[in-house]
Amino acid sequence: MDLTLKVWRQANAKENGRFVEYKVKGISSDASFLEMMDILNEQLVTEGQDPVAFDHDCREGICGACSMYINGRPHGPDKGTTTCQLHMRRFKDGDTITVEPWRAKPFPVIKDLVVDRSAFDDIIQAGGFVSVSTGGVPDANAIPIPKRKADLAMDAAACIGCGACVAACKNASAMLFVSAKVSQFALLPQGRVEARERVQNMVAKMDELGFGNCTNTYACEAACPKEISVANIARMNREYLAARVIAPND
Amino acid sequence: MSNLRLKYASITKKIIMGVMGLFLSSFLVVHLSINLLVLFDNDQYLFNQAAHFMATNPLIQTFQWVLFLAFVVHIILGIVLQIQNWLARPIGYKVKGYSEQSFFSKYMIHTGMVVFIFLIIHFANFFVKAKFGMVDEITYPDGKTVDNLGILIVNLFKDGYYVAFYVVSILLLGFHLEHGFQSAFQSLGLHHPVYTRWIKALGTLFSVVITLGFITIPIVIYFFR
Ligand code: FES
Repeated sequence: MDLTLKVWRQANAKENGRFVEYKVKGISSDASFLEMMDILNEQLVTEGQDPVAFDHDCREGICGACSMYINGRPHGPDKGTTTCQLHMRRFKDGDTITVEPWRAKPFPVIKDLVVDRSAFDDIIQAGGFVSVSTGGVPDANAIPIPKRKADLAMDAAACIGCGACVAACKNASAMLFVSAKVSQFALLPQGRVEARERVQNMVAKMDELGFGNCTNTYACEAACPKEISVANIARMNREYLAARVIAPND
Repeated sequence: MSNLRLKYASITKKIIMGVMGLFLSSFLVVHLSINLLVLFDNDQYLFNQAAHFMATNPLIQTFQWVLFLAFVVHIILGIVLQIQNWLARPIGYKVKGYSEQSFFSKYMIHTGMVVFIFLIIHFANFFVKAKFGMVDEITYPDGKTVDNLGILIVNLFKDGYYVAFYVVSILLLGFHLEHGFQSAFQSLGLHHPVYTRWIKALGTLFSVVITLGFITIPIVIYFFR
């Protein structure tokens, strides 16, 4: 299939960017979106032009590196799918596809479609861990955990930190990401120990970094490639309320 | 761990926003019930008696300041949150996103602004006049003399422009409530695999009932009185 691409090009964080139109021809419908971008880049390199910079790593939907805002949706039109797992059969011959980087103040563009997502690392560093003294590996079954809770924790832990929630949110809010990280620990006994401090520290970091406020639009949930539920946001709100007001010493 | 930034964290603001919103919603129910009385007789007796009770009952008079405060907090926080949200995305998208699942959430600031303007005009029309004794009194056959607020309503709703403005404002209030009601529960951390669906349905029902309720009054007065 032949396609027209409108891609955001920006030389570096300082310069102003703009959309540049490219034509790609003879793309197989079996190609993934990133393979299509590779073909475009090969074309650009042969023409002596600068290839389009974009993030990618695993290309199997587990690392969260790929991040493209395709035709008004983070990771493109498919539900529960990362850009690398999006395939060209989702598009029609002759389509025009607009590709933009994630847009949020805490995610500045580094080059073209690559944004700096270290803000997420900062949030994790603020509390997204369990403090333990290193030592021997504990017995896996020493602490009983109800299956229901383990499942919820696993669902939350499925977050790959790609930032699609921020990209999709009209407020550039990071609540889905932060709530998934808060939840995965808060649900398990090992994480419960520091739950009160964790939620406060991570939320404070999130606010400090300049992410927007959640207005319960739930665009994040719709855009999340791992289909993380907004129930996690409610859990974080609950945790936060408990930590600040209801039961700070629990 | 109690610096200022933490105290006014995003979630705190959202929780206050939600609580105030729900409180204001409960006020709407009371307000609507009293307003509807105006339709049940031709001399506004019922309505004026109810208004008189509201204006003289010390508990309600005290409570009215709580209500006033709730309005102020809800409005100010709403504006602060919105400004922060705009600042969080200085460069927008070329292709606008469309994956939101609560449609009216996108327009809370807009619907809220219209309701705010409506509120100011509404205040000037009724509240201020009532407070400063600018309303004529009426003595009913049973000997009760009260402020005739009812006639103010009836006269205003004879004005087509005012009716149009009123209906549009209330409609936008309905949109505001449709998102706000369920949103408040989520902000408070109340999310449930089963009940959340019911809360959303209840929110929609609530917004429809409130909207239709308030709109019925000017329509009936304008066309049938
Ligand atoms: S490249 Fe790893 S998730 Fe897409």
